[in-house]
Amino acid sequence: MVTEALLLSAFLFVIGTAGVLVRRNAIIMFLCIELQLNAVNLSFVAFSRMFGIEGQVFVFFVMTVAAAEAAVGLAIIISIFRHYETVNVDSFNLLKW
Amino acid sequence: MITFLFYLFGGVAIGGAIGVVAARSPVGSLLFMVTSLGAVAGTFVLLEAHFLAAIQIIVYAGAIMVLFLFVIMLLNLGHDYQRDLKLGAFAVLSFGVIGAIAGILAVQLAGTDVAGGAAGAAGLAGGSPVDAAIAEHGAVGAIAQSLYTTYVVPFEITGILLLVAIVGALVLAKRDV
Repeated sequence: MVTEALLLSAFLFVIGTAGVLVRRNAIIMFLCIELQLNAVNLSFVAFSRMFGIEGQVFVFFVMTVAAAEAAVGLAIIISIFRHYETVNVDSFNLLKW
Repeated sequence: MITFLFYLFGGVAIGGAIGVVAARSPVGSLLFMVTSLGAVAGTFVLLEAHFLAAIQIIVYAGAIMVLFLFVIMLLNLGHDYQRDLKLGAFAVLSFGVIGAIAGILAVQLAGTDVAGGAAGAAGLAGGSPVDAAIAEHGAVGAIAQSLYTTYVVPFEITGILLLVAIVGALVLAKRDV
């Protein structure tokens, strides 16, 4: 069960990475980052089966930080949208060259 | 039965994750994400992390995803169904990187019976240390016992972090600062 959970976590993390790399919509990229965090949470829970309850406590902290990150990140996206009228990350090229 | 449920939840989680990446509209992506989070909560239950499964549904699939939905609807993003996939050389490079990560993970996990090895090292005969803690304190109490004694300082810092995040989000999203 633990090995399968770790494999599932690896699959979810890779799919999340693919989403961040492939999509251009900033909100979808942000959702895929949440997917990666969730995959890591799953592996923490799987390891807590072997090494004790601390893994689950850490998942608790990861979820709190993810909530804070979502609030601030979405505020930034709203702020950018007011300026550029789009959330396509290719449009935000002020610092590119 | 538990093995069957685990593979069921795992399949739904992976399908939902693929849906997040592949869905055309942001709202569809978000609903796939909720599906995936719910399935992962199911695997949490199978791994005896009942409290975290409840938190995952309430906080993640409930609060955070509704926040995303608010923003998508506030910005009115659902109407333009243009494809925003990056194709061409960058996509090939991306899939190369992803394949490398997947390959490393597969090599690390393949053939190593992680659970059996660690349980053997710890001298456990089939029982998990978490099961003992849950039997003694209950599903919530087992986490609370550790959270409010050993990890009380990080817990308080988390409270400060949330306060800072609230104030920061307000300041960032205000029209005139």
